[in-house]
Amino acid sequence: MHRIIFKESLAPGVTRYRVRAPDVARRRKPGQFVLLRLREEGERFPLTIVDSDSEEGSITLIVQEVGVSSALMARLNPGDAILDLLGPLGRPTEIRRHGDCVCVGGGIGVAPLYPIAAALTAAGNRVTGILGAREQRLLILEEEMRRVCADLHIATDDGSSGTRGLVSDLLRDRLRQDDRYAFAAVIGPVPMMKAVCAVTKEAGIPTIVSLNPIMVDGTGMCGGCRVSVGGETRFACVDGPEFDGHRVDFDRLALRLKGYHHLRECALQALGPREAKAPQ
Amino acid sequence: MSGAPLTVRRPRPPRQPMPHQAAAARVTNFCEVALGLTPELAQAEAERCLLCRKPLCVEGCPVGIDIPGFIARMVKGDFEGAARTLREATDLPAVCGRVCPQETQCEKVCVVGRKGEPVAIGRLERFVGDWARTESSAPPPSLPMTRPERVAIVGSGPAGIAAAGELLRRGYRVTIFEALHEPGGVLMYGIPEFRLPKEIVRYEIQQLRRLGAEIRTNALVGQTVTVEELLGEGFGAVFLGTGAGLPILLGVPGEHLNGVYSANEFLIRINLMKAHDFPRHHTPVFVGRRVVVVGGGNTAMDAARVARRLGPEKVCVVYRRSRAEMPARAEEIAHGLEEGIEFFLLTAPVKLLDRGDGWVRGMECVRMELGEPDASGRRRPHPIAGSHFVLDAETVIVALGNNPNRIVPETTAGLDVTPRGTIEVDVDGATTKLGVFAGGDNVTGGATVILAMGAGKRAAAAMDEYLRGQRDGRAVAKATRVGIEEN
Ligand SMILES: Cc1cc2nc3c(=O)[nH]c(=O)nc-3n(C[C@H](O)[C@H](O)[C@H](O)COP(=O)(O)OP(=O)(O)OC[C@H]3O[C@@H](n4cnc5c(N)ncnc54)[C@H](O)[C@@H]3O)c2cc1C
Ligand code: SF4
Ligand code: FES
Repeated sequence: MHRIIFKESLAPGVTRYRVRAPDVARRRKPGQFVLLRLREEGERFPLTIVDSDSEEGSITLIVQEVGVSSALMARLNPGDAILDLLGPLGRPTEIRRHGDCVCVGGGIGVAPLYPIAAALTAAGNRVTGILGAREQRLLILEEEMRRVCADLHIATDDGSSGTRGLVSDLLRDRLRQDDRYAFAAVIGPVPMMKAVCAVTKEAGIPTIVSLNPIMVDGTGMCGGCRVSVGGETRFACVDGPEFDGHRVDFDRLALRLKGYHHLRECALQALGPREAKAPQ
Repeated sequence: MSGAPLTVRRPRPPRQPMPHQAAAARVTNFCEVALGLTPELAQAEAERCLLCRKPLCVEGCPVGIDIPGFIARMVKGDFEGAARTLREATDLPAVCGRVCPQETQCEKVCVVGRKGEPVAIGRLERFVGDWARTESSAPPPSLPMTRPERVAIVGSGPAGIAAAGELLRRGYRVTIFEALHEPGGVLMYGIPEFRLPKEIVRYEIQQLRRLGAEIRTNALVGQTVTVEELLGEGFGAVFLGTGAGLPILLGVPGEHLNGVYSANEFLIRINLMKAHDFPRHHTPVFVGRRVVVVGGGNTAMDAARVARRLGPEKVCVVYRRSRAEMPARAEEIAHGLEEGIEFFLLTAPVKLLDRGDGWVRGMECVRMELGEPDASGRRRPHPIAGSHFVLDAETVIVALGNNPNRIVPETTAGLDVTPRGTIEVDVDGATTKLGVFAGGDNVTGGATVILAMGAGKRAAAAMDEYLRGQRDGRAVAKATRVGIEEN
């Protein structure tokens, strides 16, 4: 049984949980994820492991309400149990000593970015963090990132925090000001990853991205999580979720992520009013 | 010498008909198509058996079921005894009776089949399996755990189930590790409800639990725990029944388009996640007005017939060879035809067409002709120049088979695989790694339930010998393989 130990709101529609999962907590490495199923009728869906506490035997998950499973997750409270939890899955981030690194995160993408930034710093790198969000209220993990980064820059669409504009522009500015990075980790919405990867490619910075295609089994059986990398078909759940950002076909990924958008409203409506509680 | 007694002169009565749901009704539901014999029909069918003294059918059965033995008991009305006889050779009679390709195994060589139709061995097996499940009053055998060692079974498909059953009978403490949230392997997530009701699979899994097996779901060996760790944590031996891995895709442009599924994804969404009951179940699936399935195996038939039940106007199967080469069971092809599925034989996909917004709108195909036989002995198809045409489709399902599951080999040092990625084993299922055995689709490539079960059972016997110090814990000599190509 994987009970929720702790729940806290980070931003409108964004919630942080600590979930009891001692085996996962002991094993997991930065970059890995878990697959959840919340109730009998539920989907299997992936969430990045943001942090873990092997003493408490817990893992930290951050969820943004977008579809039916995240909406259902938002209804769970401390004490409630998660029906199925499988992990850690995926290949861990390759953490090496690069020197100066930059970690660029957009929106909820800061959640999977944080453990990577922390691990890079722990491995002796000097990490610059660049975080972006539409507006200040939607910015998450700023404090945590500040703790693990040597310096931190923020961009918001409306200028309510940091500079006004996109993280890709902010990064380009840093590069113009003679910042030099040996390695970049970029996680966020697909258009953001695409734009940032274009900047790092031009600057010749090796870049990894973490991809979040739709998954079903998460164990390398269904092929639903396929992505195109350097013209080849790869499978995010077993070959990823991280890939070379300069070789990913982001346009295809964006299209595939929209595969079930037309059904979302219908699914949310069927979920019924918010009071409905998941089974214990 | 043939096994038939020489005295048979009178013509045998014809095969008893199997009651079926009518095609028009069944395409609107997921209930079982073949309804099963009544006790009267079953007994009448059993009486058609000549009870040969040298039965050929037993040689045709990959696990050597004592077929005349169980049928003789049926003739006497002793269904309990028939069930016992079946259980000596198979753990899953209700499953095998439904999904075995009997027409190429036991029934192919049945003597009665030389003039007319063979004894319906599969249907009889199914009857007894069902009877044992629903009517039998025999208490489940209690199996004392006489052996000190614990054994680990990785994967709960037919190979894992058979290995677990055999090791329990031999007195071991058995723990099964299954990656998905529900045990059963392909029986659960691949073969659809209308061919194999999930209630039967759940029952069989429950039986294993009753016999003392511990089943850990959500345990992906190689990721959440390694084989090495299992061996270190007190498991004396490990059986790998990990089955199939990633699907083989078409390799033509447009494969990434929305609306294009591998058969595995399509079937998992429906059989395991109940996407046909969306939005009550939350997993969606998209079935457009026209569905095209590519492939000629059981998986292709299942995908097409599942799609048929989700209400499209048209479902087509595209296969690049001719009907004679289709690996699907004859019965399933016939059922598909009855359900209105169209077949485009000697036809191959060239590319998938984009509607302009990332969704598939059709498949460009080319006609094929058969040339010289290839390595598999089947005639190799060649495209006919200038014969391209377009099949409209909003949903395309690719059923060309799978590669073997690679998570365990990639994370287990010393476990050798073949160039195809299947696990190297000897005739008894021992791998190149000490204490690790394997069997099923991860060794043969896509094959059958009964072959996987046979392999699981054989490996279990070898594991027992190894744990008793009577054989090597490693492969002695390499085995030959029997794979069935889907494409
Ligand atoms: C759609 C379809 C229809 C078919 N129809 C027929 C038919 O009519 N007749 C017939 O005889 N055969 C049929 N087959 C083939 C048959 O199902 C397989 O040959 C058989 O299931 C193989 O059994 P297995 O135990 O080797 O593997 P599987 O049944 O594939 O089971 C493997 C199990 O292991 C689990 N697993 C994998 N890796 C790990 C890991 N690392 N850790 C833990 N668990 C793991 C998987 O989740 C799965 O549950 C069909 C196959 C398909 C896909
Ligand atoms: S298990 Fe399969 S091959 Fe063997 S007797 Fe039964 S139906 Fe025939
Ligand atoms: S989610 Fe099914 S193969 Fe990756």
